[in-house]
Amino acid sequence: MRFDTSPAPHIVAGYSVPRVMFQVLLALLPAGIVHLVLFGPGLLLQLAVACVTALLCEALALHWRGRDTTPALKDGSVLVTACLLALSIPPLLPWWLTLFGTALAVLLGKHVFGGLGQNPFNPAMVGYAMMLVSFPAEMTRWPVPLDTPGAGSWAELARLSMASFYGAGADPRFDGYTGATALDSIRSGLDLRYTLPELLGRGEIGGPLGARGFAWLNLAALAGGLYLLARRLVRWHIPVAVLAGLLVPAFLAHALDPGGHLPASMQAFSGATMLAAFFIATDPVSAATSDRGRLWYGAGIGLVTWVIRTWGGYPDGFAFAVLLLNLAVPLIDRYTVPRIYGRDA
Amino acid sequence: MPARPEFPAGLALDAHKQQATGLPIVELAPPAQVVLALDQGSGSTAQPVVAVGARVAIGTLVARAEDATAAAIHAPIAGIVIAIESRAAAAEGGHGVCIVIEGDGTATLDASIRPVPDLGTLDPAELVHRLRDAGIAGLGGAAFPTATKLAAARASGAQLLLLNGAECEPWICCDDLLMRSSAAEVVLGARILQHALGAARCVIAVEDDKPEAIAALRAALDGWDEAALSVAVVPAVYPQGAERQLVTAVTGSEVPSGSLPAQAGVLCQNVATAAAVARWARDGAPTMARIVTVTGSGVARPCNVRALLGTPLAALIDAAGGYQGKPLRLIAGGSMTGRALASDEVGLTKAMNCILVATSEDLGGSRGRREMPCIRCGDCAAVCPAGLLPQMLHRATLADDLQSMRRLGAHDCIDCGLCDYVCPSQIPLASRFRAARQTLRIADESARRANAAKASYERREQRQRAAAAAEQLALDTVRSRAGQDREAAAGRVGGTD
Repeated sequence: MRFDTSPAPHIVAGYSVPRVMFQVLLALLPAGIVHLVLFGPGLLLQLAVACVTALLCEALALHWRGRDTTPALKDGSVLVTACLLALSIPPLLPWWLTLFGTALAVLLGKHVFGGLGQNPFNPAMVGYAMMLVSFPAEMTRWPVPLDTPGAGSWAELARLSMASFYGAGADPRFDGYTGATALDSIRSGLDLRYTLPELLGRGEIGGPLGARGFAWLNLAALAGGLYLLARRLVRWHIPVAVLAGLLVPAFLAHALDPGGHLPASMQAFSGATMLAAFFIATDPVSAATSDRGRLWYGAGIGLVTWVIRTWGGYPDGFAFAVLLLNLAVPLIDRYTVPRIYGRDA
Repeated sequence: MPARPEFPAGLALDAHKQQATGLPIVELAPPAQVVLALDQGSGSTAQPVVAVGARVAIGTLVARAEDATAAAIHAPIAGIVIAIESRAAAAEGGHGVCIVIEGDGTATLDASIRPVPDLGTLDPAELVHRLRDAGIAGLGGAAFPTATKLAAARASGAQLLLLNGAECEPWICCDDLLMRSSAAEVVLGARILQHALGAARCVIAVEDDKPEAIAALRAALDGWDEAALSVAVVPAVYPQGAERQLVTAVTGSEVPSGSLPAQAGVLCQNVATAAAVARWARDGAPTMARIVTVTGSGVARPCNVRALLGTPLAALIDAAGGYQGKPLRLIAGGSMTGRALASDEVGLTKAMNCILVATSEDLGGSRGRREMPCIRCGDCAAVCPAGLLPQMLHRATLADDLQSMRRLGAHDCIDCGLCDYVCPSQIPLASRFRAARQTLRIADESARRANAAKASYERREQRQRAAAAAEQLALDTVRSRAGQDREAAAGRVGGTD
């Protein structure tokens, strides 16, 4: 009898890139639902634009590069980029801005470097950072979350989302429904010499857990992140290091100056903390590669985020922190090669 | 949750062992014809000492070990050598020179086969020599000559004999069955090897998923001094049975990179090799048979078979109830490191501990999967038992960056295949690293040749310079002498003025 031959090993664990990407999308679901409930249906519009743009750009880039388009489109990685971007941006962006950001993320963030596996920067954060520096007003205008006392209704948010999507969101009749995020308001409040208890005491910015709206969003992202950890799709090093890098300095600063610095709990449940710690910083392609390297990488992201949130000019610092640490990855990788069995330390 | 291994990492794989451990060992009748590959699995060939047409008896030496990495081969049946030619074999390229013996149905023993009566008083060095003559080689899968390892370990003063009964690879269970049924033989072999090595201590290491084997060994060891001979139970984590990893699991220390366990004071031998030594000691018979696991979803009745070397694999598969279902791949060895064979006409070798007849279900859909780009997920690094970063090594391999390949441990890779197994991008990492080691060997070899050529060129230059200098010196001497003569002559002339 004749048989085919093939080099060892002859068995595989059956993990695959599409399966990993699908699981990541599944883990984003709770955050997506909370987002829809508290911030209105704008997310759906953003998701639609981002996903369609991402798939088109991916196909176009692959075509230009003379590559086969089908397997790359099926691997799901570009959809993860699109969904992460859509979850990071305010749900009130006009369609063309989301299109612009997503196209930049896929083309400049990913394909100019050689596509899947080759990008030194996190593509979603490349898109986000470009949008933030180019259109700061649009990028900091969020709907007032529905768990804020005196907020409007979901139906009103739906009308606002539609109007904004077509570029008419600045209409004065929507004035009461939009505003800066909690982190943003607190930073500008502190700049105006208010103290933290004064700012939080009004109950509009902070709820029992953290920032209004964002606290629930962070909890949902945390749940999804724990799912990824449990399924071993993400290993613990980066999320734990990001949270430690952010929360340890936050805790110390708040202990020293409670009036001028947010408590660690507020830092943990505001802005994009959990999304960044579990879903964005953990993008393996642009992260450090060894376990020890990933601890440094994550801690660096957390620390830079805290610095930007505390003294920087932007409300949340995750995008810049991730991109900055992406830059440091070759250096981190160089100094964190683990000791090989049988070799001297 | 499996216990953590002592070495950097590993993985608990689906063992698939119970398929073949349920039945007792099947004793296979001598086949009508044996096909003995000159390379029994160590990658080095023995030299035939018989010609076509020669009559051989059971135990007649048919091929001699010319170098230290091959083991002698003996005829397992009596009969006539009908061919010495290239046949299907478990070797690179699927073919290798084999000695084919047609049996005459008799059980004539070669005159050289006699029990070894003076075993206890035999000088250890002489014992090593006799083991070499008996063709004793590693039966755990490498078929490396035991005598060569023993000699190296003796030279480095190794004080520990480590018998490997870990059998960590999926599907394989021949050592398990051997330990269950012939624990006394394993222990006797251990004593003999210990004597040959002059080692104070012997440890038999068995994975904790073989309770029957552990109990049998403990019973056989009853009464022995625990300090001299003991059983160590190690966690069932692949690749626990890899030499370096097992040394670390048992002794707690690592084998330095670039050196062999023997050089680090430990001699590793498979439990089946120890049993082969015991059989040789008892009746003087060289290694002519082995136990092999015949398993996989592609055979009807998976079991372990004791068969003569050279028995065609088809006969072994018949002993296991024949093919069933859709057998896709015939693997000599286990599913992680075994070699896929193109034909079942290949003869059993000393290295074959398992014949895995795999169906697509056993292969887990590994066929025809498309390689995707590395996403640096690091799953490979998380399981690497050598502590490598396979993702970085792979990048260096693709870039043909020899220096990085060395730095990132291309030579420290033990070829266990775990990185390949877990890779979500289906990158054939193990094959790439094998190719990388080959590239490095070629580069080393050409560097060595270039250096040798340079040295020889420089020697020649030096010789020529020396010759030229000598010539110049001779010329100068002649000239100066001529000058003196002229001066003298002139003096004389002057003197006459």
